[in-house]
Amino acid sequence: MAEAPIIELTNIVKSFGPVSVLKGVNLRAYPGKVTALVGDNGAGKSTLIKGLAGVQPYDSGEVRFAGEAVHLHSPREASRLGIEVVYQDLALCDNLDIVQNMFLGREELGFGTFDEGLMEREAAETLRQLSVRTVSSVRQKVSSLSGGQRQTVAIARSVLKKAKVVVLDEPTAALGVAQTEQVLELVGRLAEQGVAVILISHNLADVFAVADYISVLYLGQMVASVKAEDTNRDDIVGYITGSKTYNGVQA
Amino acid sequence: MTIGAPSQAPDPTPTDVLATRSTAELIGSGQEGTVMDQARAYLQRVRHGEMGALPAIGGFVVLSIMFAILSPFFLTERNFANLLTQAATLVMLGMALVFVILLGEIDLSAGVTSGLTMCIFVVLVNVNGFNWMLALLIALLTGVAIGTFIGFFVARVGIPSFVVTLGLFLGFQGLELIIIGSGGLYRVQTPEILSIMNANMPVWAGWAMLAVILAVSLGTSLWDRARRTRAGVPNRTIALVWIKLGVILVIGGVVVALLSNDRGTGFKPVSGVPIVVPITLAILWAGTFVLDRTKFGRYIYAVGGNAEAARRAGVKVVLIRWTAFIVCSTLAVISGLFSISKVGSVDAAAGRDIVLSGVAAAVVGGVSLFGGRGRLLHAAIGALVIAVITNGLGLLNLPAGVNYVVTGAVLILAATVDAVSRVRAGGSLTRR
Ligand SMILES: Nc1ncnc2c1ncn2[C@@H]1O[C@H](COP(=O)(O)OP(=O)(O)OP(=O)(O)O)[C@@H](O)[C@H]1O
Ligand SMILES: [Mg+2]
Repeated sequence: MAEAPIIELTNIVKSFGPVSVLKGVNLRAYPGKVTALVGDNGAGKSTLIKGLAGVQPYDSGEVRFAGEAVHLHSPREASRLGIEVVYQDLALCDNLDIVQNMFLGREELGFGTFDEGLMEREAAETLRQLSVRTVSSVRQKVSSLSGGQRQTVAIARSVLKKAKVVVLDEPTAALGVAQTEQVLELVGRLAEQGVAVILISHNLADVFAVADYISVLYLGQMVASVKAEDTNRDDIVGYITGSKTYNGVQA
Repeated sequence: MTIGAPSQAPDPTPTDVLATRSTAELIGSGQEGTVMDQARAYLQRVRHGEMGALPAIGGFVVLSIMFAILSPFFLTERNFANLLTQAATLVMLGMALVFVILLGEIDLSAGVTSGLTMCIFVVLVNVNGFNWMLALLIALLTGVAIGTFIGFFVARVGIPSFVVTLGLFLGFQGLELIIIGSGGLYRVQTPEILSIMNANMPVWAGWAMLAVILAVSLGTSLWDRARRTRAGVPNRTIALVWIKLGVILVIGGVVVALLSNDRGTGFKPVSGVPIVVPITLAILWAGTFVLDRTKFGRYIYAVGGNAEAARRAGVKVVLIRWTAFIVCSTLAVISGLFSISKVGSVDAAAGRDIVLSGVAAAVVGGVSLFGGRGRLLHAAIGALVIAVITNGLGLLNLPAGVNYVVTGAVLILAATVDAVSRVRAGGSLTRR
């Protein structure tokens, strides 16, 4: 491996009561690369990334960030390291506008009060940098946005603070063709900027369109981690459904 | 390497150029354009369900015209001053409740909190001979303690606020009875407290107050604009600042002028703005400042809008909820203070009946019971609407029952407006 992983999860375990959801999972993500995380419903994908976000800490296992062992027990800690997550159920406040959502939890202050101008400019710049074309005003309430626009805002929110790792949980699940295209373009642009992207998706066409690496989770175990160029759709489908086992070198 | 990945080529394709250019033009901040553009954008928002206090303001105007026609006394200076002091207690309680209603919570004990703390106050002063300021401090701290108690059970333990505060609603009535004694009644003997509702500022001070309001409004507007300019983002056209100042000047000017006329009935002239008015305005201003410009305020809206989103963004949701209940109970104490100043005495039923009117004030003013939407000013306007109904119907000598029926009808109307506008604000999406 040429480059060092920025995220390295080793032997992650997580259970909810008697239900063991993650049974010793390993995952790596590299700067400037898109790592797709695939697996069937209930495989544990969301659980795996919730731990990475500090929302739902793991029971055991090692998390290394840029080579250093870290403990992620709150969203703030993850965010301080530069790990941002865009959730499956988009975590946006409908009653707030785009700027307020993008800066939620990390507002810019001056003299103890909000510096709205500064936040507005940074929000607009971030959207512009991501070539977002679909929102007309950064002061629009999120309640008035379409699904794709919400996804865009959620992604832009993660980019805003120069995130090093961005995790996207099924960002295209609810989107139409054109909006999916836009979001995938956005994913590619994130990686171009040197961000390590972890993309969760059920859509293998999307996965093969943008991913550099593909990791397959099956019933709480990582059954394959491969380079996208070294594999194909059928193999991945086989790993996901458990009808095929991977016996190559882990990428 | 990857199929269909975005081109990494440095030379932008024609479409890219187009995209960047239109992006720069398209992402606005909603600040651009003339007064007419802004007015159009505002109308647009209203049509999409962001009505704010508009229905309440409309209701206030319609009711006022109606009562002015029906009763010759309604439009007199004396009744106007009456109306303001009648409304003040409710305005205060409504503003207190906004802090928890914004979270989608409720405090049914806010009324009896005001009553109980005033029982404590009056007994400390009348029976135990406490200095009134010390007694007031103890009353306020009791309010803080009550809010802390409610906040613990709601935010920490996770019991619905409806249940916790319903329990306190009953329990505090009992405590009031224990403190005051059944049938007991204490006169308020502190002139300073009585003067809140019953004394007026000198006439010049009323005008000075208006000048201060205008200056503060102009100052914050210019300060905000300077800040935005420094950040390099557009400002709304300056005409809007003048329009806003003009509106304050006209409304405030009429109010102060009316209150500056002699409204006495005996030989002693009575004039000037009641002291309760500047106190209420100061709290309204401070509360609005906190809600609009500080993290605590923003997080109240965020938690009310989507608590899970706020939590994931790193907001300490428990702390925000907890603090909001403390603010509510503490402001409820001040509403109690207004109340005993007006009534002049405290009995064991103090604050029992007012809480639902307080909730009604907030809802009528456009604060959403679903949380996340509304402002302090909305509750204040809603309280004025309810006070106008009480005041006007009182002048018409209608049976007291009519008052409740009309207020109830207005409340249901307001809640309907809230629900309908919520659906509209959500557009065709199924999400909230
Ligand atoms: N808070 C929880 N309590 C109990 N069980 C849970 C909890 N969260 C997740 N699970 C269980 O853990 C398993 C993995 O869930 P997870 O959401 O991680 O799956 P997923 O791979 O993201 O699935 P999907 O593709 O449907 O999003 C499921 O069986 C789910 O029921
Ligand atoms: Mg999931």
